[in-house]
Amino acid sequence: MKHLRTFAAAGLLAAAITPASAAEITGAGSTFVYPVLAKWADAYKKETGIGLNYQSIGSGGGIKQITNKTVTFGATDMPLVPADVQKNNFVQFPVINGAVVPLLNVPGIKPGELTFDGPTLAKVFLGEITKWNDPAIAKLNPGVKLPDMAIAIVHRSDGSGTTFIWTDYLSKVSADWKSKVGENTAVEWPVGIGGKGSEGVSATVAQTVGSLGYVEYAYAMQNNLTYAKMINQAGKVVAPAAAAFQAAAAGADWAGAKDFHVIITNAPGATSWPIAGSTFILMQAVPVSAADSDAALKFFDWGYKNGKQMASDLLYVPMPDSVVTLIERTWKEKIKGASF
Amino acid sequence: MVDIAMQGRMAAPAGAVSSYAVMRRLRSRDAGFRYLTRGAAVLVLLLLGGILLSLVQGALPAFRAFGFNFLVTSSWNPVTEVFGALPAVYGTLITSFIAMLIAIPIGLMIAFFLTELCPAWLRSPIGIAVELLAGIPSIIYGIWGLFIFAPFLQAHIEPYLISTLGNVPLIAPLFSGAPYGIGLLTAGLILAIMVLPFVSSISRDVFEAVPPVLKEAAYGIGCTKWEVVRNVVLPYSRVGVLGGVMLALGRALGETMAITFVIGNAHRISASLLAPGTTISATIANEFTEAVGDLYTSALIALGLILFVITFIVLAIARYMLLRIERRIG
Repeated sequence: MKHLRTFAAAGLLAAAITPASAAEITGAGSTFVYPVLAKWADAYKKETGIGLNYQSIGSGGGIKQITNKTVTFGATDMPLVPADVQKNNFVQFPVINGAVVPLLNVPGIKPGELTFDGPTLAKVFLGEITKWNDPAIAKLNPGVKLPDMAIAIVHRSDGSGTTFIWTDYLSKVSADWKSKVGENTAVEWPVGIGGKGSEGVSATVAQTVGSLGYVEYAYAMQNNLTYAKMINQAGKVVAPAAAAFQAAAAGADWAGAKDFHVIITNAPGATSWPIAGSTFILMQAVPVSAADSDAALKFFDWGYKNGKQMASDLLYVPMPDSVVTLIERTWKEKIKGASF
Repeated sequence: MVDIAMQGRMAAPAGAVSSYAVMRRLRSRDAGFRYLTRGAAVLVLLLLGGILLSLVQGALPAFRAFGFNFLVTSSWNPVTEVFGALPAVYGTLITSFIAMLIAIPIGLMIAFFLTELCPAWLRSPIGIAVELLAGIPSIIYGIWGLFIFAPFLQAHIEPYLISTLGNVPLIAPLFSGAPYGIGLLTAGLILAIMVLPFVSSISRDVFEAVPPVLKEAAYGIGCTKWEVVRNVVLPYSRVGVLGGVMLALGRALGETMAITFVIGNAHRISASLLAPGTTISATIANEFTEAVGDLYTSALIALGLILFVITFIVLAIARYMLLRIERRIG
């Protein structure tokens, strides 16, 4: 009994010395955005003393948590449609962009040597084009010697914003893909094998001769993987690079879209990279605590303005200034009690 | 016990303490201990019941939407929200079957070697190595499987299987297709390595419990090593061996992380063991975090419920087999 009492006392003590910190912004959701949020939060805390408690549990979990009002913001790689934003009384805005690149393993082909266009990629992923020397691929790549080799498709097996961006692009450029497969963070793939995470996809591609997959640009660059170039909406060949992603983000019609429901795939503009997307923040329009909500908005404002270099270092694409102005105007209009 | 307690009390300066009071104190302490242990045991029931209840509740929307079809269809389409559990159930059963097919004989052989044939100086290194296998986290198996084991299979083992077993009538479809390196077979092999320690460690312990006099008698009448194993050791220890096998099977059915890395995660049922597939736990681990929408989440929880039921059935069969064995012996 004496021991029991000691344990009880220790428990009370432990409860007393770990209070919830007041100076902390809480958020949950997308794993894709986590590295950049973490880096921003680190610098922000040094400057202001306010920390960020972000649980990178995935977009689905983030949406659930903000719906239940257990966090101040949720982050999702797939934007909610305006009807859902309205229904839950959310405010939705983009925070950062990222790009996706085709990844391949064909003997003798170097990074950036091969070019694809959207309709051809869709046909390959539908299983309609099965050989690397198919006339459709050969036509896009005059002068490149393509082997008579089967194409092995590799896709993400886990639900992922990367898959959403990839399938959204294929849906936009191919009516066939849209009707047969569609776009989501996970889809029913007609062909191919699934790798878990970027590391799973790139390892499978590296091991499988003749494979074709997709991976975030940052991951492809950091690991020197063999990516392909794309023909964009304007019909121009573009290589994946920061400037091309910036062009895609700037070229999108953010002002005309309700609740910023824009997916910047297949973006217009001669220099735009066509396979890119954004992570979106969801917040309550009528926050539980106006002070918490404001603290989160201040953090995002700081990130938009001071976090550009940090984001670029991590190979993310910061939001263009014009879009930030739009976003901050929306905050003022829609979030109750926003002192912004 | 009472005497000891009373002696302690007698020595105290407080003087005479009636034996009645000591008895009462001891009895109440005993009752307290009984309630405490009973509470701990009941806690398990409560937890299990709670988990089952929340699984059923979570799975309800999916079962309501798809009914019995959920169990027998193989479509898994998050876009149109049409879900069927068959490929995941199939993959779970097949990979566990492959694992047991390999782990049981090898595990028993290890156990027998360690108890009967192994020179003393080699016994503890092998024993410790086998137990260390059980201590490796499954994520390590997954990463090792993806980066080392799968490429090795792809380069050396699978082409060989395709060119040999792939031409044998009847089993040819099992070894057809391209050697990806990852797929049902690779997942089954990784699982076999992971559950091997369960089979071999427990078997070794029960083999050691076989009375030496039985074995000596068998050797005495001229039995070979094999005959001793077959007719003395195994029959004597089969209950324990079966227990180890069931523990291993339970682990194989529920294993998640290592499988996810090497199975290929395709919601398809393929005849070939070399083709990518998926399991229940791999599907949940892969898709739960990014599953948006009630029906999608519910379908994943329903998968969890199915795994729960499968595990329950396996355990029930194991209990039944144990009961039969015990009855036959007794």
